[in-house]
Amino acid sequence: MNVLTDNAGLLFSGFLKTLQLSVVAGVGALIIGTLLAGFRVSPIPPLRAAATFYVEVLRNTPLTAVFFLVVFGLPQLDLTFQNFTYAAMLALTLYTAAFVCEVVRSGINSVSMGQAEAARALGLTFRQSLREVILPQAFRTVVPPLGNVWIALVKNSSIAAGFAVTELTALVGRLANTNASQVLVVFGGVAAAYMVITVPSAIGVNYLERRVAILR
Amino acid sequence: MRHPIPRAVFSAFALALVLSACSSGAGTGGTTAPTVTADTKASFPAGSTMARLQQAGKVTVGTKFDQPGFGLRSPSGEVQGFDVEIAKIIAGKLGIAPTDVNFVETVSANREPFIQNGQVDYVVATYTINDDRKKVIDFAGPYYVAGQDIMVKADDESINGPDDLAGKRVCSVDGSTPAENIRTNYPDATLTTFDVYSKCADALSNGQVDAVTTDNVILTGLVSQSNDAFKLVGNPFTEEPYGIGLKKGDDEFRSFINDALEESFGNGTWAAAWDATAGAITGKPAPEPPTIDRY
Repeated sequence: MNVLTDNAGLLFSGFLKTLQLSVVAGVGALIIGTLLAGFRVSPIPPLRAAATFYVEVLRNTPLTAVFFLVVFGLPQLDLTFQNFTYAAMLALTLYTAAFVCEVVRSGINSVSMGQAEAARALGLTFRQSLREVILPQAFRTVVPPLGNVWIALVKNSSIAAGFAVTELTALVGRLANTNASQVLVVFGGVAAAYMVITVPSAIGVNYLERRVAILR
Repeated sequence: MRHPIPRAVFSAFALALVLSACSSGAGTGGTTAPTVTADTKASFPAGSTMARLQQAGKVTVGTKFDQPGFGLRSPSGEVQGFDVEIAKIIAGKLGIAPTDVNFVETVSANREPFIQNGQVDYVVATYTINDDRKKVIDFAGPYYVAGQDIMVKADDESINGPDDLAGKRVCSVDGSTPAENIRTNYPDATLTTFDVYSKCADALSNGQVDAVTTDNVILTGLVSQSNDAFKLVGNPFTEEPYGIGLKKGDDEFRSFINDALEESFGNGTWAAAWDATAGAITGKPAPEPPTIDRY
């Protein structure tokens, strides 16, 4: 009778797909974004240039265009993803990494210059001082903006619906058309499913922010 | 401006890729359609939908903007196709000139809400008549009966009908009737769904899927744009009667549209509309008009 309860299994699989896309792309973007941030503050000019180039291109391109490039553009270079979920994960990772990079870089810049100077004076290399001294402090200050990037990523994953990934938003189209009389119920149910991910995330971020805050 | 050159080069490269990826979705709409004239002498009972629209002198119609031959918006913003012509014929019977018909895009997932909320007066959008949809809206027509068919690469001889799809990767649009048909009746096929058919065509040319399935008239449009890279299997295995969606319970308006359609079947305007739009793509003469279903 009710389209949501009748299709509970399908909706749950869509929910898991959205969660899977977000978590994989989130972890990937955190790693790549942190590396990029390291490049952007590094003393080596080509690394700085490459990372700046990457961030500006990806950050200033619509996500849909990034998806088009990964799903339909890469095959023209003989690099075809037969599994569209992997293609979506890659597109989301590449795009989100640019935002993570800028967030982490702002965190690095918030660590006072004296910390870096002291680390170098103690004989740590650039990489050591970044890893052991700067980044641990940087991450603590950027918990709220990283939370924003994560929540945006969860919602951005809906773009994958247009590229052959059956996640939550793709199910709106399918269920709305086969249950024409309950379109608004379908929309409401799917929106609620996103909030199941994002609202607890927001609460978790708030908690984490208080736990790791640096007292200055 | 430390790195202006590489950035510009990359942007151009990226743009070229996006454009080439989109190319199979673009195209032209066919030849010029016959001019529909407004029936200025029409008169309708007071309070009816027809009288209201005639009074307003304009009408809002939902149609698809991405289906060559049926409803395709050209880069200049003009919408062309068989659905568009049918909508103009009905508007003409209401005394409304073709230029006063305002087309808005309806996609498969939003047609019913648009009708229910009155955002459109009627919908002509390759809209298959079925019972679940009849719960919330009413259908006039059918004005055309399509059938689900399969499109493959031109050199593919392995797929000749729906039963050959077992173990193959088949592409369609999420939420569409053809996709549901594959899902329920041909579960051995691996179904991939995009939001528009042009992406299915891209996936087919990249070898990411083996076949594309939907109504034959839509596939014909895609084949015509493919420069002989694709072909139609030509073995329709369902019947999809296309109707005109309107607000539920407006029986007067439904009978009026049915009368207008029957008249166009009889006096040749229906066939002329077909020849100028979908017929120009298929290269085949107009089929026999279907029988109106006055339920």
